[in-house]
Formats: sequence, C-alpha cells, structure tokens
Amino acid sequence: MTDPSYRGQILVFTQPLIGNYGVPSKERDQWNLLRHFESPHIQCAGVVVADVSLRYSHWTAVESLSQWCAREGVPAISGVDTREIVTYLREQGSSLARITIGDEYDADEDEGFIDPGQINLVKRVSTKAPFVVESPGAAYHVALIDCGVKENILRSLVRRGASVTVFPYDYPIHKVAQHYDGVFISNGPGDPTHCQDTVYNLARLMETSSIPIMGICLGHQLLALAVGARTIKLKYGNRAHNIPALDLTTGQCHITSQNHGYAIDASTLPSEFKEYFVNLNDGSNEGMMHKTRPIFSTQFHPEAKGGPEDSSYLFEKYLQNVQLAKESQKVYKDNRPTQFILDLLSKERVGVEPSPLVSRA
Amino acid sequence: MLPAAYTSTLAGRAPALLRCGRRVPQTLPARAFSSAALNGQKRASLQSKLTGQKRLGTVSVLRAYSSAADSAPNPKAYIDSGVIKPAQNVNVKKVLVIGSGGLAIGQAGEFDYSGSQALKALKEAGVASVLINPNIATIQTNHSLADEVYYLPVTPDYVSYVIEKEKPDGIFLSFGGQTALNLGVQMQRLGLFEKYGVKVLGTSVKTLETSEDRDLFAKALGEIDIPIAKSIAVGTVEEALEAAEKVGYPIIVRAAYALGGLGSGFANNEEELRNMAARSLTLSPQILVEKSLKGWKEVEYEVVRDANNNCITVCNMENFDPLGIHTGDSIVVAPSQTLSDEEYHMLRSAAIKIVRHLGVVGECNVQYALQPDGLDYRVIEVNARLSRSSALASKATGYPLAYTAAKIGLGHTLPELPNAVTKTTTANFEPSLDYMVTKIPRWDLSKFQHVKRDIGSAMKSVGEVMAIGRTFEESFQKAIRQVDPRFVGFQGDKFEDLDYELQNPTDRRWLAVGQAMLHENYSIDKVHDLTKIDKWFLGKLQNIVDMNHELENVGALHKLKREQVLKAKQMGFSDKQIAMATKSTEDEARAYRTKLNIRPWVKKIDTLAAEFPADTNYLYTTYNASSHDVTFEDRGKIILGSGVYRIGSSVEFDWCAVSATRALHEMGEKTVMINYNPETASTDYDNADKLYFEELSYERVMDIYELENATGVVVSVGGQLPQNIALRLQENGGANVLGTDPKDIDKAEDRQKFSEILDSIGVDQPAWKELTSVAEAEKFADEVGYPVLVRPSYVLSGAAMTVIRSQEDLKEKLEAASNVSPDHPVVITKFIEGAQEIDVDGVAAKGELVIHAVSEHVEQAGVHSGDATLVLPPVNLDASVMERCKDIAQKVAKAWNISGPFNMQIIKAEGPDGEVQLKVIECNLRASRSFPFVSKVLGQNFIDVATKALVGKDVPAPTDLMAVKRDYLATKVPQFSWTRLAGADPFLGVEMASTGEMACFGKDLVDAYWTSLQSTMNFRMPEPGEGILFGGNVSKPWLTQVADYLKPLGYKFYAAGDDVKQFLESSCEGISVEVIEFPKEDKRALRQVFEKYNIRGCFNLAQERGRTTLDVDYVMRRNAVDFGVPLFMEPQTAILFAQCMSEKLPRKEGIPSEVRRWSDFIGGKPL
Repeated sequence: MTDPSYRGQILVFTQPLIGNYGVPSKERDQWNLLRHFESPHIQCAGVVVADVSLRYSHWTAVESLSQWCAREGVPAISGVDTREIVTYLREQGSSLARITIGDEYDADEDEGFIDPGQINLVKRVSTKAPFVVESPGAAYHVALIDCGVKENILRSLVRRGASVTVFPYDYPIHKVAQHYDGVFISNGPGDPTHCQDTVYNLARLMETSSIPIMGICLGHQLLALAVGARTIKLKYGNRAHNIPALDLTTGQCHITSQNHGYAIDASTLPSEFKEYFVNLNDGSNEGMMHKTRPIFSTQFHPEAKGGPEDSSYLFEKYLQNVQLAKESQKVYKDNRPTQFILDLLSKERVGVEPSPLVSRA
Repeated sequence: MLPAAYTSTLAGRAPALLRCGRRVPQTLPARAFSSAALNGQKRASLQSKLTGQKRLGTVSVLRAYSSAADSAPNPKAYIDSGVIKPAQNVNVKKVLVIGSGGLAIGQAGEFDYSGSQALKALKEAGVASVLINPNIATIQTNHSLADEVYYLPVTPDYVSYVIEKEKPDGIFLSFGGQTALNLGVQMQRLGLFEKYGVKVLGTSVKTLETSEDRDLFAKALGEIDIPIAKSIAVGTVEEALEAAEKVGYPIIVRAAYALGGLGSGFANNEEELRNMAARSLTLSPQILVEKSLKGWKEVEYEVVRDANNNCITVCNMENFDPLGIHTGDSIVVAPSQTLSDEEYHMLRSAAIKIVRHLGVVGECNVQYALQPDGLDYRVIEVNARLSRSSALASKATGYPLAYTAAKIGLGHTLPELPNAVTKTTTANFEPSLDYMVTKIPRWDLSKFQHVKRDIGSAMKSVGEVMAIGRTFEESFQKAIRQVDPRFVGFQGDKFEDLDYELQNPTDRRWLAVGQAMLHENYSIDKVHDLTKIDKWFLGKLQNIVDMNHELENVGALHKLKREQVLKAKQMGFSDKQIAMATKSTEDEARAYRTKLNIRPWVKKIDTLAAEFPADTNYLYTTYNASSHDVTFEDRGKIILGSGVYRIGSSVEFDWCAVSATRALHEMGEKTVMINYNPETASTDYDNADKLYFEELSYERVMDIYELENATGVVVSVGGQLPQNIALRLQENGGANVLGTDPKDIDKAEDRQKFSEILDSIGVDQPAWKELTSVAEAEKFADEVGYPVLVRPSYVLSGAAMTVIRSQEDLKEKLEAASNVSPDHPVVITKFIEGAQEIDVDGVAAKGELVIHAVSEHVEQAGVHSGDATLVLPPVNLDASVMERCKDIAQKVAKAWNISGPFNMQIIKAEGPDGEVQLKVIECNLRASRSFPFVSKVLGQNFIDVATKALVGKDVPAPTDLMAVKRDYLATKVPQFSWTRLAGADPFLGVEMASTGEMACFGKDLVDAYWTSLQSTMNFRMPEPGEGILFGGNVSKPWLTQVADYLKPLGYKFYAAGDDVKQFLESSCEGISVEVIEFPKEDKRALRQVFEKYNIRGCFNLAQERGRTTLDVDYVMRRNAVDFGVPLFMEPQTAILFAQCMSEKLPRKEGIPSEVRRWSDFIGGKPL
C-alpha cells in the first residue's frame, strides 16, 4: 500500500483476510530508511477487502489497518466478494472504479470518474529535490532516478555497499552521471509514456556514457523506451507475489513480485539488446539486457517487500557491474559523497505528501 | 514470438513520445483508451448483483480503461523455442513404486493419494509400473493405476524378491511415507539397488538419510548458517542426561527414523527424561536431546525443487496451537495468518536455501519454530518426501504436489510442466489463495482404556478434516462440525479444571477454549496467557462468541433481522447453531433462512485466485460472496464420501466412493462428489465431474443438492456418516436417495424393527432385548445367562459396546457409563462364546441378490469384525454352511428390498444337539469395510455392480462367486497403532481398535497369513534362538498349542509368573520355561530385563482386559508394544501364527511362493 507504484489505484486484495498483523511503526533503520514501509504514506487511492481484522496481533503492530487508513484519509471497504471483482477485472481489464456509500447508484456521478492513466503520477510521487542515503564506508555511489522509489530498493543498494543520491524523475541525469559510479532507475506508477523527459535523458545518457545502468519496473520500461522499444498496456497487468519469470540466459525460473500495468513489447527491442527474463504465465517481457554493455533492467521487483527474495542477487550483479566498470577505468575517481554534499542534501524524500488526484471544483 | 494480440494493442501517448524518442518507429496505432470508453455498459452487471444486500458502502466498477484483449497465456512458445534446458529425461522403462502399507496413526490415507498420483504420472509417461503395497483397501492397488500389483510386506527381503522377478530399472521411494523411506535407506545400506541395477528416482537416498539423521542434518544446515533447535544425538540414557545438562531443561526428546514423531516427548526434569529416553531408545538406536521452544509459533512450508535447481514454495501453513504439539495433532491454517511479509519471506527464503543445499529432487516439507515476538527462528524438521502436510497442501491449494514430484522424478523441470489446473500457465509458480483452510485432527482416544489423552510431540490423531472458507470463522466452524457431527460449531464442554485443560493440551483443547470464551467469560488475554494461542485466532473466536450472544439476545428466530442471519452464516454458523441460539429447530431455521434468500455461493479453487481463467471443478461453498463461479446444468448424481478417517471408517470407504464415481461416469452420468477429507483420492479434482470440498451435513448436502438440481444422491458407499442423514434427505429435503429406501435402511438400524423382520423371514438371531432400566436389564441377563453384550443402538465400530460376564459388572457398566433411560435405551444381547463369526458382503438389485462373498473370521466371535482376521474364500466352512449363508443373504435382500450394497455378520455356533446354528448379529444396508477386500480377492468389483443396482441400469445377472473353485486365498489382518497410544491396553474386544488393514494372497492359509502378518508395520520376526515371553490365561489350552508349534524351533521360553511356567511345563512335554523378574512399575528396569533375556516375541493370551495398570498381563502387553516386540494377544491368531512359524522357519532358499503378482493369483486384471 505504501509502494508509490500504486498511486492513484484502488487495490483489491485477493487474499480475503487482511489486517491480521496490524500496521507497524514508522521506525527507521540504520540508513534512515523506513523499516516497515516503502514510502512515508499510503499511496493507493482506496482499499477493497473481503474480511478485515479489527483485532490485530503482531509484535511490530502499533495500530490496525482501519485506524491507519482513517489516519491517512484513504477509504477502505470490507465485506466485498473480491473474487467476483477479480473475475470482472480479468475479463474486462483494469477498470475505473469508485467506492461509494449507500445503495443508491447515481449515473451522473460517472462523469466524475478520474482516469489515473491520464495523469502524470510519477511527477506526484517523485522527490521534488535530490536527497542522499549514505552507506557508511561504502566504496560506490549510485545516482537513482526516483519515479516513485520503494525504500527497499534504496536499502538493497546501501546494504550492499553503495551510497545513493536520489534525483527527481526528470532531472537531467546525463549531465551529472560522470560524478557517479552507476545509474539506477526506480519503479513508479502509471503509464511510462508520461515520462518523456526521463526517456530523453536516459537516451542521452546511454549515448554519452558507458556507466552501468539498472532499472526496475517503470525504470525498465523507461530504459526500453529510451532505446527505442515500445510499451504496451496489459489488459489487467501483473500484480502479485507469485509470478514466474524465466531467466533466458540460464533456464532458471524465479518467483517474482510484480506490479505493473504496462509491459515492453520484446519484439521491438533493438538488436544490441536481448530479452533477459520472460513471464512464464503470459509470455510478456520481464527484463532486458545489453549484449555487451553493463545495462540491464527487470520488469519485476528483485527487492521484494512484499514478495519473494529469489531474484535479489540482481542487485549484487549490478554492483559487480559497478565494480568492474570502476576497475576498468584508467584513472580512479572517488565518487563517494563528500561531506559537503551530505550536509547540503536532504536525507529523505522532498515534497511527496499525497494529494487528491483532482480537487473537487 | 509474442501472441499476436499484443502487437495490435500498443498503448501510450504516441505524439508525445515522438517528440523526444527519436528511435521510436513512426507507426503507432491509436490509443487504446478511446475505444475502451465504449465498455461503460458492462459496469451494470457487477453493481446489480451487489445491491441484493444492504451495505454501508459499495464498490462500483465503471469501465475498462483498456480494451486490450489478451489471448490465452501461452508459455508453450517459449518452451518450444528451446530456451528452457531440455528435460534430462530419466530413461526408465519400468518403475517400482513402494506403498506405505496399512494405515496407522501418523501414516494414513494421504499416501494412497500420493502413490496414486505417482502411478498416474508413470502411466502418462508410458512407463510400466509395479506397485508393492499390502494395503488392499487403497485406490492405488487397482490395475486401473498400477500395471502390476504385489500385496506383500514392504521389507528389504520381499522387495528384493519382487525386483528379481520384475526386473524394474527405477524405483520411487518418496510416495510411501516413512515406511518407503526407511526401506530405501535400509536397501541402500545393503547395497541392493546397486546389486540389481535399480535407479532411485527423485531425491537421492543420501539426501533422505541426511534429512533423517539428526547429526548429519544439523551439520548440513550448519554449513548454510540456518539455525536449528540445538540438539545432541545420544545412544544411551546416561548420555541423554548429560546432554540435557548442556542444553538445559525443559528439553524435548526425539527419535530418529521414526514416523510422525513416534518416541518423542518433553521432559522437565531428570526423572522425566530418564523414562522418556528409555522408551524412545527402544524405537530408535539414536535419540536427540533438544532445548524445548514451547510457546513459539509453528510454521511449515511445502517446497518443490527440480533437478535443474528451480525451486518454489507451494504452500505455507501455520499452527493454531503454538509449538509443542505435533503438527499432525495441531489445528492448522493455510495460508499462514499471523506472519508479516517479512517473516513469511524470511522463512520462505530459508526453506529454499535448505532444499537446494540438501539436493532434494521432488517435494519437501520444512517445519519451523518462529519466535512470537521477534525474527528468531529454528528449523524443526525437514521431510524430504511426500508427507501428510503435503497432501493437505495439495488439497488446500489445488496444486498436485505428488503428481508434480513424480514428473520431476522422471526428469521433467518445473517451467516445462503445465499447471494442471489452468492448463495454460506453468507449474513453476506459487499458488495464491483467495480463501483460507482450517485443518483439525480427529482423535479417537476415548476408545482406549488407560490411554493418556494429552497431546504433545508424538502424534495420536487418526484422521483429519479440512474446511474451506473466506473468513477464519467460517472455515473454523465448518471444520469443527466435520470432525464429528455431534459438534454444532465452536462450543464448550464441561471440564473439572478448565485452567489446567487450557494449559495442558489434550485432544479436547479447543472445547476448553470454547468453554472459557463462550460460557466462562474469559478474556482474549486470559486465554492467551494460559494457552499461548496467538491473539489473532482468539480475536476471531471472540467474534463467534459475540455473534452467538447476539443471536441469544434476540431470542426468537423470526425476530432475527436478515443482516443478523447473514452475518451468522458468514461466520460459519450452521442452521442448527442458529436454531439452538434462538430455541427453534434446524428445519425452522433453514426455512427462515431460505425465505430470507440467504444461500451459500459456490466458488472455485483455481490456484491463482481467479487471475487466470481456469476450467476447474474443485469447489467450495461460502456465504462471504455475492456470485457463483459455476453454472448448474449437469443435473448429476451426488456421491457422499466417507468424511474424516476414524477408527472404523477409513480408506476402504474412499475406495468405495471412488469406485462408485467411476462406475457412474462409465454409465454416462455426471458425478458430484462431496467430501472433506484431505487424505483421500476421492477429493482429487480429476475424480468426479464436480468436487465439493464440503461438510457432509444434512444442511450442506441439501444446499448442494438444490443448487445442482441433482437427480440423485448415493448414501451407501461412504460408510455410516452419509447413511445417518439418508432418511432426512429423503423425508425432509425431498432428495432422491438412490438404492435401498432410507425407510428400509432405518428398519435395519433400529434394533426392534430389525429383529421383527428377521423373525418374520425365519432368520435366526441371538436373544436380545431393548431395555430402559437397570433392573430390567439385570432380569433379562439372568434369563439368557451371562455373558451378555451391552450396547446402545445406532453405533459404528462398536462404540461403547462391552461384553459383560457378571451381574456386578452389568450394574457397574449401566450405572457408571451409559446412563440408561427411556431416552437412552440399551440393547442387551446374549453373547455366544466360542462361536465363529462370518462376514457376508453382498449386492442386491430390487430385493434380488446379485453377488455375494462369504469370509470367515479367524478370531472367535466377540472380536470386532474390523479387528478380525478375514479369510476368503473360507477354509473351515462346509458347502452346506456356505449355501445357508447365501440363503440368508437372499432372504435379507428380499425383506429389506435392497438395491445396492449390504453387509451382514453371522455367528456360527453349535446348538444343544450339536447342530450348526447360523445367527445374524448385524446387518448394514451399505458398503462395508470389507468391500475392497472381497472385490479384489474375487476379481469382481462389488461397488461397480452395486452402483449399477443403485441407478437400476445394466445390472448383471446373479452369479455365485463363492461356487468358483480357487487355488488361492487371501487373509486380511488388522493394523494396530498401540505404540502411538501411550498407556492404551493392547487387547481386542467388541470395540474396534485397529486403524488400518492389510491383506496378502497365498496358496493356502499358512502362506497368506504368514505374509499378511509380516506386513504389519515395524514387524520383526522372532528368529529361532531368541527369547519368547508367555503370559495370560492358564485355564484354556491356548498357550500349550502355541508352545507345541514353537518347541522344535529352538526358542528360549520365559514367563513372568510361576503359574504360567507350571502350566506350560505340565501340559507341553519336554519344554522348560524360565521365570524372569518382572518389575511392573519401573519401565527402565523392565526394559533391561527384556534385553537381558533377548525377548523378541510375546504371547499373552488373556481372557479379559487388565483392570488396573498394575495387572501383570497389561504390563506385559503394553511393554511388549512399547519395546517394539511383536505381541500376540488373541488366541486363535496366535495359534495360527505359531503354526506358520513352524512351517515356514527356518526359511527355505529361493523366492517364496507367496511372491506372485495379484493378476497371476486371480487370473487377470478385472479391476
């Protein structure tokens, strides 16, 4: 629910019993990252569950799901046949929806539907100014383009020994990349074609630099757009923790966590790229890699949270790329964040408080 | 390569893209959004269905914002493209599958299910299969699954004989439970697989050994830094005490190589440990001393890995009871409910790491203890084979674990295997559940004398139920009713010391929780403090309690608002529960509910939470829904399964239910199976056209009958449970009950009516009377003379039946135990001693006998027929008796106008003038326990014929199968689980005690019985030169007869008392018996005595049970069982086995004559 990729969406849970273990605290870990959340707020627009636990039980819990939703001002409804909605969504594709009170149905209200697909959601969830997450003693420093980054992506990097500076999604990354050891493009909500600036910046980056790049989810799609591939809208997307992604280089299959409504049309990938992962359920693209350069990206979420940790090794692979690139440089360049930068930049996201998609006129 | 649909459904803001994406091709189709707007009208359908119920809020879905029409997912293209490593097909032509043998506590019907799946996979792969399994009541031992079947003991000797005869090139060890696994380890040690060139498929024996041997296991997990409960392996009691000092009390003792936690237990101090260790060391050469983690959460994961290192977790499960209770005895929910994502994936990742490290190829189960207030955990156990939990996981998720494991064993990889449910997606995925399941075990401890009722680390339950719901309350209450129809739902019971019950788990713990919360006003916190059950579960139970009070406060049925009834139904309240809370009747509550139009909805189990279309027929009902997943146009026939396995009703009824389903299917009928037992093959989704995993209550069966608009219901193939609701289904529900009229069924179950009819057709029966007071009872007993048999009417497996031998006993029994009154009459029957008992199984059509089988009991009458040894065809019944049995069967069939299966027990006794009397003592108008046995021995599927009789179609002409001369016979012997039931007196009586059965074929009685008895679990033949202990009754010649047979074989004879010594020495010439010291209260000392004299067999032939736990015969029987020494406690079978030993020992060279294919014995493969 706190994953910025869910901004603007009403979430319907297939698992009928929700809220069992309550909601944990806003505790932060040693890297100043939220231990239990993927961003500071609930990101989705609404929550639909079959059965909610008003009494929760867990040692990390501080409040119930309903208390949390109320505090964050996010509407939630229970007692719904969620399976019927899922079946509807399966047949009709992702749909516009609303949660209303009472039995009356007012056709006029249909006019008021807001299509989140029309809105640049990335702009709303992305940090408004750069911020830095320091990994003490880290050898590398990565620039991350924030399209709605999850805390655990940051943690996955800093935990493995790389400090991260996070930039707004439309920051001209190609102009600053030489000061970093790698570029990372985060996940994020909505239609990738809203992020034209990012696509342009990435295309320029790849033209002008050989820096290692990794992208996740929306980051993967943006990277693909930047190299000239096309995206397609999936009927209802892949949103689950149990999706098999086959590694085409090894024949190994990983169970992955996913949340996306768009995908890359693998047949439009340029010749210097190859398909890296493929979804075994529906055959959609799950990742790509450059045939010679240290560039790869995945549609699924190797950082998990929630979901399986099968593919977390990809972060190690990325940092190996970073290391190799660094070692092959003729002149060693210390890109680690200076104290000045650390003092100057914010330590957490800037200006990402959720606001209504449109205010009632 | 991608499905064509994709290329035409490109979306995106093309103009914007063209501005800066320079390499983007120029030809982008129009935006998908514009066309999607047309879908607005679709919205209405969902909305309209929701308005039927009053809600605070509504979810309305407007229109799809994409018109993208995905074609069916197609992984095939990727497989064909060759990106997946081609399957390293294991090249085998013929595979030996090892079955699990007789059902016992800890190893039950689930292995019939898993073995059946393995055989199915072999058949599909075109690989010949040979099955060894002495359990004749199983589905897997049909030729429809296995190419060749051997009903033989699962021992290295017999398996080697079969390998020599059949020359298979592969073997499956992981589908026959611990029995098959132990066999594999033994045979590997003896180098037999290498000798015969047989390849072990799937997980290697080395991995199996590592997972079983605690030391190797601890070492292996240490290598990958996975924490396990700290344990020290020891071989003696002294070492155990030393180890306990190191890890600190309280400690838990575990035995290696033991199924279901046998020989395990907790010890809080040195004294307890000393006793515990002594007992455990008898079962296993090695025991483990570990620190106890009582109060931690217990969680398990089912993991599948292929030889290519692809690895998935199919299901995780969480125990309702905290750690300390064996998972087989725990209430379990799936998926886990109180674990956070972090905890779930921490344990999931660890499970995968373990399974990869151990090198499991196939299925594996990992059990954890999880800290309730932190992220610490321990691995408790790894089972590198199909287990009870994996059968449960299969049913809970719809993922066919055993089938997939077999495919992997044959060299397939997960990505290339399709999901058997959706058929369009891959098997390499993790099921998502949009429901939850609750498993509750079923114990039958009250059937045993002196038994300890506490539950702990050793499993004691005999069966389990699984209930599906969309709230915990719904699933839990359904499960409770499934355990036993006498429970209405979450309820309480009287306890002397409630707090003690809550703190010390017994089989009745959930009742104690119910009592505390429903009737004693205990708070969630208080119950949690006493039981350590997670507060989330207790919170949900509190919801049930509150609902119950709400109903009671309303007080009257018609005052209940629709929302209240609906809310109660959504919490799993039955009509009866609502009726009880509002002081009305079940029928009234049902009528009121249906008037309010509150009916259950039918949902599918599809492994993917409706994400992909799935054509599955695996269904459940719920009130937490607003639409059906299926349509009801089949107008099929409903078959009611057997429900939970319990003593007296087990896998044999599953065989009957499956056989009936197949027979109906072959006749072109649509079939609907209702059953809720996860350990069965009848609940396999490919068995019937529709499978409802549901309660077998009147309420639910009627609900389904009405929804399905069914054309008939079969009540006679699932044992007593469906039979009990037959009359109501017909009379109250108006259902079409197939076969014998339920009113006639009632006439057979009501003693009075039964007897009157027998009298009217001139069939003899023992003198009996139904009585309502103690004085009357005493008077009647005096008239007919003692001994008499006392029982309540309507019984299954002899519950509460007793043979009474004196007036004092009668008084005691009636006053203390059964509470006689006009409402609770007892039936007293003259008990005929020394008589022989005969079982007649038959099928009739419209009152006409079609086929029948006559089996004789080896034991004398008085031993429950379920515990008796059956011989078919009989060897001691002459032609005239056989003819008279048939005659009685014909008369009974006519009198009750039977259509379908029936079973009778007849007593053969000598009359006053020496003439042979045949008296009918019992008649059931349904399939009996022995139907699979007689079908398989006579080569004619009785259920197949019975099913034809039920629907009145294609009924064959009457034949007399008993008139056919056969050069073979088969004996069916009981499997007991005494070792599991600490303290229970191993003694046979009118109450059934066995948990399973085996049958073996032979050319004669000795051949067949010799083999059958060796099939019993963990049987070790006493070899000549070893010690045999005698005890029991010295007024009968039984012990002498045994001694006569054994005398020439060179055994050493011992007795515990002078009386037995003198009796034997005086009655049996040339034999010397040594009296040994017999410490009755010191188990450890007694064990040393057994060891000192090398006692390897025990004949204790007493006439009555031990009254106290100090009775010398009780102590002898009990400890023989505890020390793993074969015990013979019934005279006739003991004498027969002694005869077998005298003829068969010492063993002769070569393959014994009993090692013969089933198809060779009966001359073909008719079933």
